[in-house]
Amino acid sequence: MADNMAPRRPGGGPRMGGRFAPGEKPKNFKHSMKKLISYLGIYRIPILIVMILAALSTTFAVAGPKITAKATNALFDGLMRKIAGTGGIDFDYIKRILLFTLALYLFSTVANFTQGWIMAGISQKISFRMRKDISEKIGRMPMSYFESRTYGEVLSRITNDVDTLGMTLNQSITQIITSVATLIGTLIMMLSISPMMTLISLVVLPVSAFLLSFVIKKSQKHFRTQQEYLGHINGLVEETYSGHTVIQAFNKEEETVDDFCKTNDVLYKSAWKSQFLSGIMMPVMIFVGNMGYAGVAIAGGLLAIRGIIGIGDIQAFIQYVKQFTQPIQQIAQVINQVQSMTAAAERVFEFLDEDEEEQIPENAVIPQTISGDVSFSHVKFGYTPDKIVIGDFSAEVSSGQKIAIVGPTGAGKTTMVKLLMRFYDVNAGSISLDGVDIRKMPRAELRKHFGMVLQDTWLFNGTIMENIRYGRLDATDEEVIAAAKAAHAHHFIKSLPDGYNMVLNEDASNVSQGQKQLLTIARAILADSKVMILDEATSSVDTRTEVLIQDAMDRLMSGRTSFVIAHRLSTIRNADMILVMKDGDIVEQGGHEQLLAQNGFYAQLYNSQFETA
Amino acid sequence: MKKIFTNMLPYWHMVLAVLALLIVQAYCDLSLPQYTSDMIDIGIQNHGISYIMPEKMTASEMAYSQLYMTEAEAKEWSSRYDKDGDLYVRRSMSGSELSDANDRFMIPVILTYQSRNTSEEEFRKTLSGSAKEGFDPNKMTLEEIEKAMDTDLSIHTEKNEDGDEKVYVNMRPMMLGMDKEQLTAIRQKLETTVDTIGSSTMKSRGIAYAIACDKEAGVDIDSLQKKYLWTQGFKMFVMAVIMLAAAVGAGYLASKVGAGVGRDLREKIFRRVISYSNTEMDKFSTASLITRSTNDVQQIQMVTAVLLRMLMYAPIIGIGGVIKVLNTGAHMGWIIIAAVCAILFLVALLIILAMPKFKAMQTLVDGLNLVSREILTGLPVIRAFGREKVEEERFEEANKRLMKTQLFTHRVMSFMMPGMTLIMYGTTLTIIWVSSHRIDSGDLKVGAMTAFITYAMMIVMSFLMLTVMSVILPRAGVAAERIDEVLKTYTSIVDPEKPQPITKPAGVVEFRDVCFRYPNADSYAIENISFKAEPGKTTAIIGSTGCGKSTLVNLIPRFYDVSEGSITIDGIDVRNAKMSDLRKEIGLVPQKGVLFSGTISSNLRFGDPGADDEALRLAADIAQATEFISSSEEGFERSISQGGTNVSGGQKQRLSIARAIVKKPKIYIFDDSFSALDMKTDSALRKALAEHVGGSTVIIVAQRISTIMQADQILVLDEGKLVGKGSHSELLRNCDTYRQIAASQLSEEELSRTGGEING
Repeated sequence: MADNMAPRRPGGGPRMGGRFAPGEKPKNFKHSMKKLISYLGIYRIPILIVMILAALSTTFAVAGPKITAKATNALFDGLMRKIAGTGGIDFDYIKRILLFTLALYLFSTVANFTQGWIMAGISQKISFRMRKDISEKIGRMPMSYFESRTYGEVLSRITNDVDTLGMTLNQSITQIITSVATLIGTLIMMLSISPMMTLISLVVLPVSAFLLSFVIKKSQKHFRTQQEYLGHINGLVEETYSGHTVIQAFNKEEETVDDFCKTNDVLYKSAWKSQFLSGIMMPVMIFVGNMGYAGVAIAGGLLAIRGIIGIGDIQAFIQYVKQFTQPIQQIAQVINQVQSMTAAAERVFEFLDEDEEEQIPENAVIPQTISGDVSFSHVKFGYTPDKIVIGDFSAEVSSGQKIAIVGPTGAGKTTMVKLLMRFYDVNAGSISLDGVDIRKMPRAELRKHFGMVLQDTWLFNGTIMENIRYGRLDATDEEVIAAAKAAHAHHFIKSLPDGYNMVLNEDASNVSQGQKQLLTIARAILADSKVMILDEATSSVDTRTEVLIQDAMDRLMSGRTSFVIAHRLSTIRNADMILVMKDGDIVEQGGHEQLLAQNGFYAQLYNSQFETA
Repeated sequence: MKKIFTNMLPYWHMVLAVLALLIVQAYCDLSLPQYTSDMIDIGIQNHGISYIMPEKMTASEMAYSQLYMTEAEAKEWSSRYDKDGDLYVRRSMSGSELSDANDRFMIPVILTYQSRNTSEEEFRKTLSGSAKEGFDPNKMTLEEIEKAMDTDLSIHTEKNEDGDEKVYVNMRPMMLGMDKEQLTAIRQKLETTVDTIGSSTMKSRGIAYAIACDKEAGVDIDSLQKKYLWTQGFKMFVMAVIMLAAAVGAGYLASKVGAGVGRDLREKIFRRVISYSNTEMDKFSTASLITRSTNDVQQIQMVTAVLLRMLMYAPIIGIGGVIKVLNTGAHMGWIIIAAVCAILFLVALLIILAMPKFKAMQTLVDGLNLVSREILTGLPVIRAFGREKVEEERFEEANKRLMKTQLFTHRVMSFMMPGMTLIMYGTTLTIIWVSSHRIDSGDLKVGAMTAFITYAMMIVMSFLMLTVMSVILPRAGVAAERIDEVLKTYTSIVDPEKPQPITKPAGVVEFRDVCFRYPNADSYAIENISFKAEPGKTTAIIGSTGCGKSTLVNLIPRFYDVSEGSITIDGIDVRNAKMSDLRKEIGLVPQKGVLFSGTISSNLRFGDPGADDEALRLAADIAQATEFISSSEEGFERSISQGGTNVSGGQKQRLSIARAIVKKPKIYIFDDSFSALDMKTDSALRKALAEHVGGSTVIIVAQRISTIMQADQILVLDEGKLVGKGSHSELLRNCDTYRQIAASQLSEEELSRTGGEING
């Protein structure tokens, strides 16, 4: 459950209160913005077109009402002429104006729509490309990256971050241009009418900037608390519901509810405060707008009395003052959005810039056929250079031998597997396959020779046929069925609805754990690799299936060099070599009898099972 | 959807207050445009004069002013003035008397003013209409006309409304000579086409007349204007403050109601879920209950706040707008209806187009997430098989499908805003066009048109808001429904009315013919199980996955109730005891090591808050947890994150075992609690357990034979039925199922070493 959920970031989940919720701040705004802009680079021309269209549509929309006013004036003039008996309403003129305005509006609409259309395309293509880049990047990154992180972290970059980016990109570019165009246009018009009055009306600017920043700052504090406590509440709910039986078994119901109520109360307070404060924005800005309007009117009137400014100018001027506060408010919003967009972009770019593993080594050796001899020579390894877990390990494994790896939970039994497959590289010494240092082989070539059946049965959302064929993509249906038969999977597959064509659901929960294991064995049989890596652990598998699994695994191992993370004593005893691991290191190596005779860690481990409780 | 509203019931007084405040806000919202336009129209253009009756008039003007008036009007007009030397001074009148006079005298006053200030063009046109032989005014200058007609035209220049200098003449001296009938005819013509009520342009002409008269009589217009600007500015300020206060107040209350509804729901659901038995938990599933308590509540909370502000405000403004529209008497309601229909049509069209894709989008997003997750979780396998390219293609396909769908919906939605604005613009233009004809035919007055446009926009906007809400509401309605489902469900397991006290707990657990069937299941999960677990003895239960082992032990603490038969503890039926009494005696260690956020010690003290450090240490020792607890510096104070994600599975199990030990219960239930432990730890733990909790009843569910081999009594379950009961060696001899399990886990040698032989 927890694994499946990408961690929620503010803005990731349901948008609360929306516009003034604090966006996450990027660590390095300039750098990330630059990267984003260069990423957008190939869309230079469409973006330019979008900008021009947005500016045009704004201009037309601003000009529209002024021209409509002409029609009303003409109407009135005509009426007056009619009264005076000197003419009538000039319908032609009015019609022309109205048609002209209509054309203007249509043009503005088309421009607006076109830019929306283009922008939707750009933002979607960018999102697509980013996701694609991430997915390709995943293929080139070292395993160690993913082992130190939860899937959720990477997943949230593919979904949340890219989504945020796409959404914001779609809106913010247009919005910035529209508001800036309105602001500049209005300012120019105002200046052209009266620089003095413009100066007076600009007083509104710092006032609204101050109010805006004050309210945003205040509300962001509460938004943050709200987000934090929402996280607490969600965590508490998840924890409580998942541990429901334990809480009841320990009679902790009342206490848990009390805890919950306390957190719920904090959430309530921050929720209403943030909601309230962000809701205050609109009325406050309207108020500022009204006051600015009154102020400019009074000032204009006083100036007119002194003859400094004409009445007509004031009338024209005042129209623009009304439009002045709106773009400011919009810009404040957009800045907030752009910030969280940049933060999202930053995370994506950070990921894309991570170190990659080299794909094909220089002077690559590609052996054609492999017999399956593996040799370890003075292998030294640590997940981090300062913490070496395997000090000095040497061993010769010849083709067809069986190596059992044993040790208590957490002893690092999978380390050997990871080294063999080159998920990690040794720090010193070397591992070679048929005498070729595995570092000299391209990873893909090397891995071709390994088959793998792990405890964590990985199957994907597809048919059973497709899942088995994953082992060898060009295998025929008959070959797939033969592999399934060899893995004792054929029988149960036949009994499933749709048989081989049954689609495994999302978490492959429509087949049992044991059946999944059989499928992965069939897959490995089909792959027919020279070297096998197996994990025997079969917890939560019913007994009958377990017998099948063991038999299938035995078949899989025969004739192949196999490395087995062993849990069964029979496997261990029949192994050609046993590697005993403890705390990450290989502490003992040798045959079963030999190791028992040593009376060391292995002997202790072996006997513990039969100590009386 | 009804549920969204019923949630607000406890806050009805606040909701009413919000409603009242919104009405105030709407009132201000609807009146403020008047104030702003007054500021310009009256304050600046009309120099602060709002009435057409001049304060002072010269004697000659007094005569001219009555030019177009009826006798009654003229009588009343002059009665309002006192003669003061050369001037007539208006008597003091109340505001309403003055605005009354505005309406009554508007027509004659405007006509007088027009005659007083006739533009050169108009004057020439009028003259040429009544031109006599040999008199061609178009070829003469104004001065020559003045001379020829022998009258005082008082030629002057003035700025017109567009701010251009124009030449005007005073025609009134000429008109004084005209007969009354002609004057009445002119007046009637104006009366039929122009409404004087609310038409600011008409009024400003009347006022211009008053100002001209006042100026002529030496009134200080400038100081009047200043006074008007300041008082009007103040009034506007007050109005704006009231509106701000109302909006802020409404916002304050709405946020409180919204957050309050959220808090209440959250608490109600949480309390209810905590009380649920496993039956209800299974019915809803944990994941679904989590979503219901978090996301669904959050949605309701948000919608409630928005609802109170937007949805309630929209109809108020809409109704206000309708009232105002009716007042204008424009009879152009059809345009508004058409505009509203156009908007509804547009929204409906877009929704119909985009909705299926919107729905598909969620599936596609899930699909992309699924592929991503598969790639991430399967990284070792993908690399082992060298299938990176295949996976990239799979991802790309999902990615492309999502992109295409999103592109479609985004593009469809990009019609929305431009379409809306076009409808609004179109409405305005239509109103002007239709009005112009109606005005021409005399059916509509000019003032009504501008007012109509303003209010039509308000009505359309309020409909737009309602449309938006109609998209949000159904979604919230679904959330409300899901929450209600939880609140309507009560736990099926409740305490008895008269509980039997467990006085001297010993810990004897007895099953008598117990059958259990999950709700809605056809077959029994557990059938006819009888056994007795005694203090000091270990009872083990083994069987393959899904055989009902866990179900069986879940019946003891009453997570489920038996369908048939009975379970007793020390002779008392578990259904007759108080649940808290019953559970006090049980130390349960669940299959999954469930820990809670806090510290290791807070987790261990879960069952006994008063336990001392010594008790914790001992429990940790028994549970083989001491080593890893002391491996970190914080020791017992090491923090445990939510759900215990910062400790491994085996550590979780050991801690939850220690937690049960700290509780010192009479009955221990280990529900497959050793599975994540390696065999060595497993055996050491069992050994320590045997030493310290010897006097308690121990029930162990396990999969590993080695874990339970030493038990006093082993129950073998197969498909819910008891197929074997006895000790390890007994069962090896006479229980087929047990033998099979043993054979799959132990070699023959080990089997014989542990006292059994496979022979059959």
